[in-house]
Amino acid sequence: MDAKPIPAARPLPVQEIDVFTDTREVLRHAQQGARKRGFQDWLICDVDAHHVETVNWHEMVRYIEDPVIRHQAMLFHQEKTGGAPYGLNGDAGLKYQDVGGCIPHQAGVREPVDDTSVHRDVTLTRRAMQALGIDYMVLFPTPMLTLGLHPQPEMEVHLSRAYNHWLIDNVLKVDNRIKTLAYLPFNTPREAEAMIGEFADQPGVIGFCVPSVRHKALHHNDYMRCYAMLEELGKPVAFHAAYHWQDPSLATVNRFLGMHALGFAWCNMVHMTNWILNGIPERFPKLKSIWVESGLAWVPFLMQRLDDQYLMRPSEAPQLKRLPSEYMREHCWYTTQPMETVNMKALQVTLEMINAESQLLFASDWPHFDFDLPQEIYDLPFLSEQAKRNILGLNAAKLFGLDPRPVKTL
Amino acid sequence: MQEYCVGPAEAIAEGGRLVVDCDGIEVGVFRLKGALVAWHNVCPHRQGPVCQGRIYARVIEPVAADGTTRLLAYAEDEPHLVCPWHGYEFDLETGRCQGRAAMRLRPARLREDGGVVYVSL
Repeated sequence: MDAKPIPAARPLPVQEIDVFTDTREVLRHAQQGARKRGFQDWLICDVDAHHVETVNWHEMVRYIEDPVIRHQAMLFHQEKTGGAPYGLNGDAGLKYQDVGGCIPHQAGVREPVDDTSVHRDVTLTRRAMQALGIDYMVLFPTPMLTLGLHPQPEMEVHLSRAYNHWLIDNVLKVDNRIKTLAYLPFNTPREAEAMIGEFADQPGVIGFCVPSVRHKALHHNDYMRCYAMLEELGKPVAFHAAYHWQDPSLATVNRFLGMHALGFAWCNMVHMTNWILNGIPERFPKLKSIWVESGLAWVPFLMQRLDDQYLMRPSEAPQLKRLPSEYMREHCWYTTQPMETVNMKALQVTLEMINAESQLLFASDWPHFDFDLPQEIYDLPFLSEQAKRNILGLNAAKLFGLDPRPVKTL
Repeated sequence: MQEYCVGPAEAIAEGGRLVVDCDGIEVGVFRLKGALVAWHNVCPHRQGPVCQGRIYARVIEPVAADGTTRLLAYAEDEPHLVCPWHGYEFDLETGRCQGRAAMRLRPARLREDGGVVYVSL
Protein backbone atom coordinates (compact mmCIF):
# COMPACT_ATOMS: atom_id res chain seq x y z
CA MET A 1 0.00 0.00 0.00
CA ASP A 2 1.31 3.44 -0.97
CA ALA A 3 2.17 5.87 1.83
CA LYS A 4 -0.24 8.78 2.16
CA PRO A 5 1.24 11.91 0.53
CA ILE A 6 2.33 14.63 2.93
CA PRO A 7 0.31 17.78 2.28
CA ALA A 8 2.20 20.95 1.46
CA ALA A 9 1.99 23.91 3.79
CA ARG A 10 1.03 27.20 2.13
CA PRO A 11 3.34 30.18 2.69
CA LEU A 12 1.45 33.21 4.02
CA PRO A 13 1.37 36.11 1.55
CA VAL A 14 2.75 38.45 4.22
CA GLN A 15 5.81 37.08 5.96
CA GLU A 16 6.58 40.18 8.01
CA ILE A 17 4.00 42.79 8.93
CA ASP A 18 5.00 46.40 8.38
CA VAL A 19 3.37 49.81 8.03
CA PHE A 20 2.24 48.97 4.48
CA THR A 21 0.45 45.75 5.43
CA ASP A 22 -3.31 45.79 4.89
CA THR A 23 -5.27 46.25 8.12
CA ARG A 24 -7.28 43.13 7.28
CA GLU A 25 -4.08 41.08 7.26
CA VAL A 26 -2.73 42.68 10.43
CA LEU A 27 -6.01 41.89 12.18
CA ARG A 28 -6.76 38.58 10.42
CA HIS A 29 -6.51 36.68 13.70
CA ALA A 30 -8.92 39.13 15.29
CA GLN A 31 -11.53 38.40 12.65
CA GLN A 32 -11.03 34.66 13.10
CA GLY A 33 -11.50 35.15 16.84
CA ALA A 34 -14.64 37.22 16.29
CA ARG A 35 -16.19 34.54 14.06
CA LYS A 36 -15.21 31.77 16.47
CA ARG A 37 -16.95 33.57 19.32
CA GLY A 38 -20.12 34.20 17.31
CA PHE A 39 -19.87 38.00 17.37
CA GLN A 40 -22.18 38.20 14.37
CA ASP A 41 -25.06 38.12 16.83
CA TRP A 42 -23.52 40.49 19.35
CA LEU A 43 -23.84 44.25 19.17
CA ILE A 44 -20.30 45.56 19.51
CA CYS A 45 -19.71 49.27 19.90
CA ASP A 46 -16.16 50.55 19.96
CA VAL A 47 -16.37 53.79 21.91
CA ASP A 48 -12.77 54.86 21.30
CA ALA A 49 -10.85 54.34 18.07
CA HIS A 50 -8.61 56.75 16.20
CA HIS A 51 -7.47 58.06 12.90
CA VAL A 52 -4.44 60.25 12.27
CA GLU A 53 -6.01 63.54 11.35
CA THR A 54 -2.69 65.22 10.57
CA VAL A 55 -2.39 63.07 7.43
CA ASN A 56 -5.36 65.07 6.14
CA TRP A 57 -4.39 68.42 7.67
CA HIS A 58 -3.95 70.07 4.27
CA GLU A 59 -7.57 69.14 3.50
CA MET A 60 -8.81 70.10 6.93
CA VAL A 61 -7.41 73.62 6.98
CA ARG A 62 -9.75 74.47 4.10
CA TYR A 63 -12.56 74.18 6.68
CA ILE A 64 -11.11 76.89 8.96
CA GLU A 65 -13.80 79.52 9.38
CA ASP A 66 -11.55 82.57 9.79
CA PRO A 67 -10.64 83.68 6.23
CA VAL A 68 -7.23 85.05 7.19
CA ILE A 69 -6.17 82.02 9.23
CA ARG A 70 -7.57 79.73 6.52
CA HIS A 71 -5.58 81.51 3.82
CA GLN A 72 -2.39 81.41 5.87
CA ALA A 73 -2.87 77.74 6.70
CA MET A 74 -3.42 76.82 3.06
CA LEU A 75 -0.30 78.72 2.00
CA PHE A 76 1.62 77.05 4.84
CA HIS A 77 0.76 73.64 3.46
CA GLN A 78 1.44 74.63 -0.14
CA GLU A 79 4.79 76.27 0.44
CA LYS A 80 6.38 75.25 3.72
CA THR A 81 8.88 72.42 3.81
CA GLY A 82 9.15 70.09 6.78
CA GLY A 83 5.61 68.79 6.87
CA ALA A 84 4.46 70.14 10.26
CA PRO A 85 0.67 70.59 10.52
CA TYR A 86 -0.28 74.27 10.52
CA GLY A 87 -1.10 75.69 13.94
CA LEU A 88 -0.83 72.41 15.83
CA ASN A 89 1.00 72.37 19.14
CA GLY A 90 2.44 69.15 20.51
CA ASP A 91 5.50 67.24 21.48
CA ALA A 92 7.17 67.10 18.05
CA GLY A 93 9.43 64.04 17.91
CA LEU A 94 8.66 62.53 21.31
CA LYS A 95 6.28 60.04 19.78
CA TYR A 96 7.80 56.69 20.68
CA GLN A 97 4.57 54.71 20.89
CA ASP A 98 5.63 52.14 18.28
CA VAL A 99 8.57 50.98 20.46
CA GLY A 100 11.21 51.65 17.85
CA GLY A 101 9.27 50.05 15.02
CA CYS A 102 8.16 46.95 16.95
CA ILE A 103 4.47 47.80 16.49
CA PRO A 104 4.05 48.94 12.87
CA HIS A 105 0.32 49.84 12.93
CA GLN A 106 1.11 52.44 15.59
CA ALA A 107 3.85 53.95 13.45
CA GLY A 108 1.62 54.32 10.41
CA VAL A 109 -1.31 52.80 8.58
CA ARG A 110 0.15 53.32 5.12
CA GLU A 111 -1.47 50.46 3.24
CA PRO A 112 -2.70 50.81 -0.34
CA VAL A 113 -6.32 51.87 -0.81
CA ASP A 114 -7.68 51.60 -4.35
CA ASP A 115 -11.25 52.68 -3.68
CA THR A 116 -11.47 56.38 -4.49
CA SER A 117 -15.26 56.58 -4.12
CA VAL A 118 -14.92 57.36 -0.41
CA HIS A 119 -12.27 59.08 1.70
CA ARG A 120 -9.29 56.89 2.56
CA ASP A 121 -10.10 57.18 6.28
CA VAL A 122 -13.54 55.68 5.64
CA THR A 123 -11.95 52.65 4.01
CA LEU A 124 -9.36 52.25 6.77
CA THR A 125 -12.00 52.53 9.47
CA ARG A 126 -14.24 50.02 7.69
CA ARG A 127 -11.38 47.56 7.42
CA ALA A 128 -10.71 47.79 11.15
CA MET A 129 -14.40 47.45 12.00
CA GLN A 130 -14.74 44.42 9.76
CA ALA A 131 -11.70 42.70 11.27
CA LEU A 132 -12.57 43.45 14.89
CA GLY A 133 -16.27 42.63 14.48
CA ILE A 134 -17.45 46.14 15.32
CA ASP A 135 -20.97 47.44 14.58
CA TYR A 136 -20.34 51.09 15.49
CA MET A 137 -16.97 52.75 15.85
CA VAL A 138 -16.44 56.12 17.53
CA LEU A 139 -13.58 57.93 15.85
CA PHE A 140 -11.32 60.40 17.68
CA PRO A 141 -8.39 62.46 16.42
CA THR A 142 -4.88 61.71 17.71
CA PRO A 143 -2.35 64.62 17.84
CA MET A 144 -5.20 67.06 18.47
CA LEU A 145 -5.70 65.51 21.90
CA THR A 146 -3.17 67.98 23.31
CA LEU A 147 -4.76 70.99 21.65
CA GLY A 148 -6.11 72.01 25.06
CA LEU A 149 -2.59 73.21 25.92
CA HIS A 150 -2.37 75.48 22.91
CA PRO A 151 -0.90 78.91 23.78
CA GLN A 152 -3.49 80.51 21.45
CA PRO A 153 -6.99 79.66 22.73
CA GLU A 154 -8.44 80.96 19.48
CA MET A 155 -6.38 78.42 17.52
CA GLU A 156 -8.03 75.59 19.49
CA VAL A 157 -11.35 77.04 18.29
CA HIS A 158 -10.23 77.39 14.65
CA LEU A 159 -8.77 73.91 14.41
CA SER A 160 -11.44 72.02 16.35
CA ARG A 161 -14.26 73.61 14.34
CA ALA A 162 -12.45 72.81 11.10
CA TYR A 163 -11.80 69.25 12.25
CA ASN A 164 -15.41 68.64 13.25
CA HIS A 165 -16.68 69.94 9.90
CA TRP A 166 -14.06 68.00 7.93
CA LEU A 167 -14.88 64.76 9.76
CA ILE A 168 -18.62 65.13 9.25
CA ASP A 169 -18.31 65.94 5.54
CA ASN A 170 -15.72 63.35 4.62
CA VAL A 171 -16.34 60.44 6.98
CA LEU A 172 -19.49 60.59 9.11
CA LYS A 173 -21.91 61.50 6.30
CA VAL A 174 -20.55 58.63 4.22
CA ASP A 175 -20.98 55.78 6.69
CA ASN A 176 -23.54 55.87 9.49
CA ARG A 177 -21.68 53.15 11.40
CA ILE A 178 -18.85 55.59 12.06
CA LYS A 179 -19.58 58.07 14.85
CA THR A 180 -17.78 60.75 16.78
CA LEU A 181 -17.89 62.72 19.98
CA ALA A 182 -17.27 66.18 18.57
CA TYR A 183 -14.31 68.13 19.89
CA LEU A 184 -15.20 71.01 22.22
CA PRO A 185 -12.69 73.92 22.46
CA PHE A 186 -12.99 74.11 26.24
CA ASN A 187 -10.45 76.93 26.66
CA THR A 188 -13.10 79.24 25.20
CA PRO A 189 -16.37 78.30 26.95
CA ARG A 190 -18.60 80.52 24.79
CA GLU A 191 -17.27 78.87 21.65
CA ALA A 192 -17.80 75.44 23.25
CA GLU A 193 -21.42 76.37 23.94
CA ALA A 194 -21.85 77.48 20.33
CA MET A 195 -20.35 74.20 19.12
CA ILE A 196 -22.76 72.17 21.23
CA GLY A 197 -25.67 74.03 19.67
CA GLU A 198 -24.29 73.79 16.15
CA PHE A 199 -23.13 70.17 16.13
CA ALA A 200 -25.54 68.30 18.39
CA ASP A 201 -27.75 67.22 15.50
CA GLN A 202 -25.06 66.78 12.86
CA PRO A 203 -24.72 63.35 11.21
CA GLY A 204 -22.70 60.91 13.29
CA VAL A 205 -22.28 63.22 16.30
CA ILE A 206 -23.43 61.22 19.32
CA GLY A 207 -21.87 63.37 22.02
CA PHE A 208 -18.96 65.66 22.71
CA CYS A 209 -15.35 65.32 23.74
CA VAL A 210 -13.11 67.41 25.93
CA PRO A 211 -9.49 66.26 25.67
CA SER A 212 -8.31 65.80 29.25
CA VAL A 213 -4.84 67.27 28.80
CA ARG A 214 -5.50 70.85 29.83
CA HIS A 215 -4.86 73.13 32.76
CA LYS A 216 -8.29 74.74 33.15
CA ALA A 217 -10.38 73.12 35.88
CA LEU A 218 -13.50 71.34 34.66
CA HIS A 219 -15.48 72.62 37.65
CA HIS A 220 -14.94 76.30 36.77
CA ASN A 221 -18.16 78.29 36.71
CA ASP A 222 -17.48 79.17 33.08
CA TYR A 223 -18.45 75.62 32.09
CA MET A 224 -21.80 75.33 33.85
CA ARG A 225 -23.71 76.51 30.80
CA CYS A 226 -22.05 73.79 28.70
CA TYR A 227 -22.99 71.12 31.22
CA ALA A 228 -26.56 72.40 31.40
CA MET A 229 -26.85 72.29 27.61
CA LEU A 230 -25.41 68.77 27.40
CA GLU A 231 -27.69 67.57 30.18
CA GLU A 232 -30.72 69.02 28.46
CA LEU A 233 -29.75 67.52 25.10
CA GLY A 234 -28.98 64.15 26.69
CA LYS A 235 -25.60 64.10 24.94
CA PRO A 236 -22.70 62.58 26.90
CA VAL A 237 -19.42 64.42 27.41
CA ALA A 238 -16.24 62.35 27.17
CA PHE A 239 -12.99 63.29 28.82
CA HIS A 240 -10.42 61.69 26.57
CA ALA A 241 -7.03 61.15 28.22
CA ALA A 242 -3.64 61.60 26.60
CA TYR A 243 -0.05 62.01 27.67
CA HIS A 244 1.84 65.24 28.00
CA TRP A 245 5.50 64.89 28.80
CA GLN A 246 5.88 68.58 29.57
CA ASP A 247 3.59 68.12 32.58
CA PRO A 248 5.81 69.19 35.52
CA SER A 249 4.52 66.32 37.62
CA LEU A 250 6.11 63.90 35.11
CA ALA A 251 9.34 65.84 34.73
CA THR A 252 11.49 63.14 36.34
CA VAL A 253 10.12 60.25 34.28
CA ASN A 254 12.66 59.42 31.57
CA ARG A 255 11.09 56.32 30.01
CA PHE A 256 8.21 56.69 27.57
CA LEU A 257 6.65 53.60 29.16
CA GLY A 258 6.47 55.28 32.57
CA MET A 259 5.32 58.63 31.26
CA HIS A 260 2.64 57.04 29.10
CA ALA A 261 1.41 54.73 31.86
CA LEU A 262 1.08 57.57 34.36
CA GLY A 263 0.09 60.39 32.03
CA PHE A 264 -2.96 58.70 30.54
CA ALA A 265 -4.37 57.95 33.99
CA TRP A 266 -3.15 61.05 35.82
CA CYS A 267 -4.99 63.67 33.76
CA ASN A 268 -8.32 61.97 34.34
CA MET A 269 -7.59 61.28 38.01
CA VAL A 270 -7.14 65.00 38.58
CA HIS A 271 -10.26 65.92 36.62
CA MET A 272 -12.38 63.24 38.28
CA THR A 273 -11.27 64.43 41.73
CA ASN A 274 -12.43 67.94 40.90
CA TRP A 275 -15.58 66.69 39.18
CA ILE A 276 -16.72 64.80 42.25
CA LEU A 277 -15.53 67.07 45.08
CA ASN A 278 -17.15 70.09 43.45
CA GLY A 279 -20.43 68.22 43.18
CA ILE A 280 -20.92 68.34 39.40
CA PRO A 281 -23.04 65.15 39.53
CA GLU A 282 -25.23 66.80 42.18
CA ARG A 283 -25.61 69.96 40.11
CA PHE A 284 -26.28 68.10 36.85
CA PRO A 285 -27.63 64.69 37.91
CA LYS A 286 -28.59 63.66 34.39
CA LEU A 287 -25.32 64.71 32.76
CA LYS A 288 -23.50 61.65 31.45
CA SER A 289 -19.71 61.78 31.70
CA ILE A 290 -17.43 59.21 30.07
CA TRP A 291 -13.83 58.75 31.11
CA VAL A 292 -11.87 57.57 28.11
CA GLU A 293 -8.54 55.79 27.62
CA SER A 294 -7.22 55.83 31.15
CA GLY A 295 -7.63 52.08 31.63
CA LEU A 296 -9.58 50.94 34.69
CA ALA A 297 -7.19 50.32 37.57
CA TRP A 298 -7.15 53.99 38.58
CA VAL A 299 -10.88 53.96 39.32
CA PRO A 300 -10.92 51.72 42.43
CA PHE A 301 -7.83 53.50 43.75
CA LEU A 302 -9.48 56.90 43.46
CA MET A 303 -12.79 55.63 44.86
CA GLN A 304 -11.09 54.35 47.99
CA ARG A 305 -8.85 57.36 48.39
CA LEU A 306 -11.61 59.93 48.00
CA ASP A 307 -14.07 58.01 50.21
CA ASP A 308 -11.59 57.80 53.08
CA GLN A 309 -10.56 61.44 52.84
CA TYR A 310 -14.09 62.75 52.31
CA LEU A 311 -15.40 61.18 55.49
CA MET A 312 -12.71 62.97 57.49
CA ARG A 313 -13.29 66.32 55.78
CA PRO A 314 -16.92 66.48 54.53
CA SER A 315 -17.06 70.24 55.09
CA GLU A 316 -14.66 70.68 52.15
CA ALA A 317 -17.06 68.99 49.73
CA PRO A 318 -20.40 70.26 51.02
CA GLN A 319 -22.36 69.45 47.89
CA LEU A 320 -21.90 65.73 48.33
CA LYS A 321 -24.77 63.75 49.82
CA ARG A 322 -23.11 60.39 49.34
CA LEU A 323 -19.66 58.88 49.07
CA PRO A 324 -17.49 59.96 46.13
CA SER A 325 -17.38 56.34 44.97
CA GLU A 326 -21.16 56.25 44.71
CA TYR A 327 -21.16 59.14 42.27
CA MET A 328 -18.33 57.52 40.36
CA ARG A 329 -20.26 54.26 39.94
CA GLU A 330 -23.65 55.75 39.13
CA HIS A 331 -23.03 58.99 37.24
CA CYS A 332 -19.88 58.12 35.33
CA TRP A 333 -19.13 55.72 32.49
CA TYR A 334 -15.73 54.28 31.65
CA THR A 335 -14.15 52.88 28.52
CA THR A 336 -12.28 49.62 28.90
CA GLN A 337 -9.01 50.27 27.12
CA PRO A 338 -6.21 49.76 27.96
CA MET A 339 -7.67 47.13 30.26
CA GLU A 340 -5.16 45.92 32.84
CA THR A 341 -5.30 42.12 32.64
CA VAL A 342 -2.15 40.75 34.26
CA ASN A 343 -3.88 40.31 37.63
CA MET A 344 -7.33 38.88 36.90
CA LYS A 345 -8.40 38.95 40.54
CA ALA A 346 -7.72 42.68 40.68
CA LEU A 347 -9.60 43.16 37.41
CA GLN A 348 -12.62 41.31 38.76
CA VAL A 349 -12.73 43.56 41.84
CA THR A 350 -12.27 46.62 39.63
CA LEU A 351 -15.23 45.67 37.43
CA GLU A 352 -17.38 45.03 40.49
CA MET A 353 -16.45 48.38 42.03
CA ILE A 354 -17.27 50.41 38.93
CA ASN A 355 -20.54 48.55 38.35
CA ALA A 356 -19.28 47.36 34.97
CA GLU A 357 -22.56 45.73 34.02
CA SER A 358 -24.07 49.16 33.39
CA GLN A 359 -21.16 51.64 33.40
CA LEU A 360 -18.46 50.01 31.29
CA LEU A 361 -18.10 50.59 27.54
CA PHE A 362 -15.85 48.55 25.27
CA ALA A 363 -13.14 50.49 23.46
CA SER A 364 -10.40 49.20 21.17
CA ASP A 365 -8.23 52.32 20.72
CA TRP A 366 -7.23 50.89 17.35
CA PRO A 367 -4.69 51.53 15.77
CA HIS A 368 -2.64 52.36 18.85
CA PHE A 369 -0.02 50.10 20.38
CA ASP A 370 -2.07 49.09 23.40
CA PHE A 371 -5.30 48.39 21.52
CA ASP A 372 -7.79 45.87 22.90
CA LEU A 373 -10.03 43.40 21.12
CA PRO A 374 -13.67 42.59 21.92
CA GLN A 375 -12.57 39.06 22.80
CA GLU A 376 -10.85 40.40 25.93
CA ILE A 377 -14.29 41.05 27.39
CA TYR A 378 -15.90 37.92 25.95
CA ASP A 379 -13.20 35.68 27.44
CA LEU A 380 -13.39 37.03 31.01
CA PRO A 381 -14.31 34.04 33.17
CA PHE A 382 -16.14 35.93 35.91
CA LEU A 383 -18.74 37.83 33.89
CA SER A 384 -22.25 36.67 32.97
CA GLU A 385 -23.18 36.61 29.29
CA GLN A 386 -25.53 39.54 29.86
CA ALA A 387 -22.73 41.57 31.47
CA LYS A 388 -20.48 40.84 28.49
CA ARG A 389 -23.18 41.88 26.04
CA ASN A 390 -23.76 45.08 27.99
CA ILE A 391 -20.09 46.00 28.09
CA LEU A 392 -19.43 45.13 24.46
CA GLY A 393 -22.34 47.09 23.05
CA LEU A 394 -25.63 47.40 24.89
CA ASN A 395 -24.42 49.93 27.47
CA ALA A 396 -23.19 52.15 24.63
CA ALA A 397 -26.42 51.69 22.68
CA LYS A 398 -28.38 52.86 25.70
CA LEU A 399 -26.05 55.75 26.47
CA PHE A 400 -25.92 57.08 22.90
CA GLY A 401 -29.38 56.05 21.72
CA LEU A 402 -28.12 53.60 19.09
CA ASP A 403 -30.15 50.73 17.64
CA PRO A 404 -29.16 47.69 19.74
CA ARG A 405 -29.46 45.28 16.81
CA PRO A 406 -26.15 44.19 15.24
CA VAL A 407 -25.65 45.61 11.74
CA LYS A 408 -22.25 44.22 10.77
CA THR A 409 -21.51 41.25 8.53
CA LEU A 410 -18.61 39.20 9.78
CA MET B 1 -0.92 14.29 14.36
CA GLN B 2 -0.69 15.51 10.77
CA GLU B 3 2.60 16.26 9.10
CA TYR B 4 3.02 19.07 6.54
CA CYS B 5 5.81 19.78 4.09
CA VAL B 6 7.11 23.31 4.63
CA GLY B 7 9.65 23.28 1.79
CA PRO B 8 13.39 23.15 1.18
CA ALA B 9 15.49 23.92 4.23
CA GLU B 10 17.87 26.04 2.17
CA ALA B 11 15.01 28.44 1.43
CA ILE B 12 15.20 29.65 5.02
CA ALA B 13 18.41 31.66 5.35
CA GLU B 14 20.15 32.49 8.60
CA GLY B 15 18.01 35.05 10.43
CA GLY B 16 15.16 34.38 8.00
CA ARG B 17 11.77 32.78 8.32
CA LEU B 18 8.95 31.06 6.50
CA VAL B 19 5.47 31.47 7.95
CA VAL B 20 3.05 28.89 6.56
CA ASP B 21 -0.57 27.87 6.77
CA CYS B 22 -1.24 24.19 7.41
CA ASP B 23 -4.96 23.78 6.77
CA GLY B 24 -5.81 26.67 9.09
CA ILE B 25 -2.99 26.26 11.59
CA GLU B 26 -0.20 28.76 11.07
CA VAL B 27 3.42 28.07 11.92
CA GLY B 28 6.58 30.11 11.61
CA VAL B 29 9.86 28.33 10.88
CA PHE B 30 12.98 30.35 11.69
CA ARG B 31 16.68 29.70 11.18
CA LEU B 32 18.75 30.72 14.13
CA LYS B 33 22.44 30.03 14.67
CA GLY B 34 22.24 27.50 11.86
CA ALA B 35 19.38 25.50 13.35
CA LEU B 36 15.68 25.61 12.58
CA VAL B 37 13.03 26.35 15.18
CA ALA B 38 9.24 26.41 14.70
CA TRP B 39 6.53 28.25 16.65
CA HIS B 40 2.78 28.52 16.27
CA ASN B 41 1.79 31.88 14.83
CA VAL B 42 -0.34 32.72 17.84
CA CYS B 43 0.85 35.11 20.51
CA PRO B 44 0.01 33.80 24.00
CA HIS B 45 -0.93 37.33 24.99
CA ARG B 46 -3.89 38.00 22.67
CA GLN B 47 -3.51 35.58 19.78
CA GLY B 48 -1.72 38.06 17.56
CA PRO B 49 0.34 36.94 14.52
CA VAL B 50 3.59 36.81 16.46
CA CYS B 51 5.58 34.96 13.79
CA GLN B 52 4.91 37.81 11.35
CA GLY B 53 6.54 40.28 13.72
CA ARG B 54 9.94 41.85 13.47
CA ILE B 55 13.05 40.25 14.94
CA TYR B 56 15.16 42.41 17.23
CA ALA B 57 18.12 41.58 19.42
CA ARG B 58 17.24 41.83 23.08
CA VAL B 59 17.87 45.31 24.49
CA ILE B 60 20.14 45.47 27.53
CA GLU B 61 21.45 48.28 29.67
CA PRO B 62 24.98 47.60 30.92
CA VAL B 63 25.60 48.77 34.49
CA ALA B 64 29.13 49.94 35.36
CA ALA B 65 30.93 48.84 38.52
CA ASP B 66 29.92 52.06 40.24
CA GLY B 67 26.24 51.39 39.56
CA THR B 68 25.85 53.97 36.82
CA THR B 69 24.53 53.48 33.30
CA ARG B 70 25.28 55.32 30.09
CA LEU B 71 24.21 53.54 26.90
CA LEU B 72 21.75 50.91 25.84
CA ALA B 73 22.99 47.96 23.81
CA TYR B 74 21.73 45.04 21.75
CA ALA B 75 22.53 41.52 22.96
CA GLU B 76 23.24 40.34 19.42
CA ASP B 77 23.15 36.64 20.31
CA GLU B 78 19.68 36.87 21.84
CA PRO B 79 17.20 37.55 19.02
CA HIS B 80 13.68 38.37 20.09
CA LEU B 81 10.56 37.81 18.05
CA VAL B 82 8.24 40.76 18.68
CA CYS B 83 4.49 40.40 18.26
CA PRO B 84 3.33 43.15 15.87
CA TRP B 85 0.04 43.61 17.74
CA HIS B 86 1.28 44.75 21.15
CA GLY B 87 5.06 44.38 21.20
CA TYR B 88 5.30 41.33 23.45
CA GLU B 89 8.84 39.98 23.05
CA PHE B 90 9.80 36.30 22.94
CA ASP B 91 13.23 34.71 22.89
CA LEU B 92 13.35 33.24 19.39
CA GLU B 93 15.37 30.26 20.59
CA THR B 94 13.44 29.29 23.75
CA GLY B 95 10.06 30.95 23.14
CA ARG B 96 10.19 32.54 26.59
CA CYS B 97 8.44 35.89 27.06
CA GLN B 98 10.67 38.75 28.14
CA GLY B 99 9.67 39.67 31.69
CA ARG B 100 7.14 36.88 32.15
CA ALA B 101 8.84 33.51 32.06
CA ALA B 102 5.63 31.52 32.51
CA MET B 103 4.35 32.81 29.18
CA ARG B 104 5.88 31.06 26.19
CA LEU B 105 5.38 30.58 22.50
CA ARG B 106 3.88 27.24 21.56
CA PRO B 107 6.43 25.07 19.73
CA ALA B 108 5.64 23.04 16.61
CA ARG B 109 7.37 19.71 15.98
CA LEU B 110 9.94 20.03 13.26
CA ARG B 111 11.73 17.45 11.13
CA GLU B 112 14.33 17.89 8.41
CA ASP B 113 14.77 15.04 5.95
CA GLY B 114 16.76 15.11 2.74
CA GLY B 115 16.98 18.89 2.83
CA VAL B 116 13.21 19.25 3.22
CA VAL B 117 11.48 20.71 6.30
CA TYR B 118 8.32 19.17 7.79
CA VAL B 119 6.19 20.25 10.72
CA SER B 120 3.80 18.02 12.69
CA LEU B 121 0.66 19.53 14.18
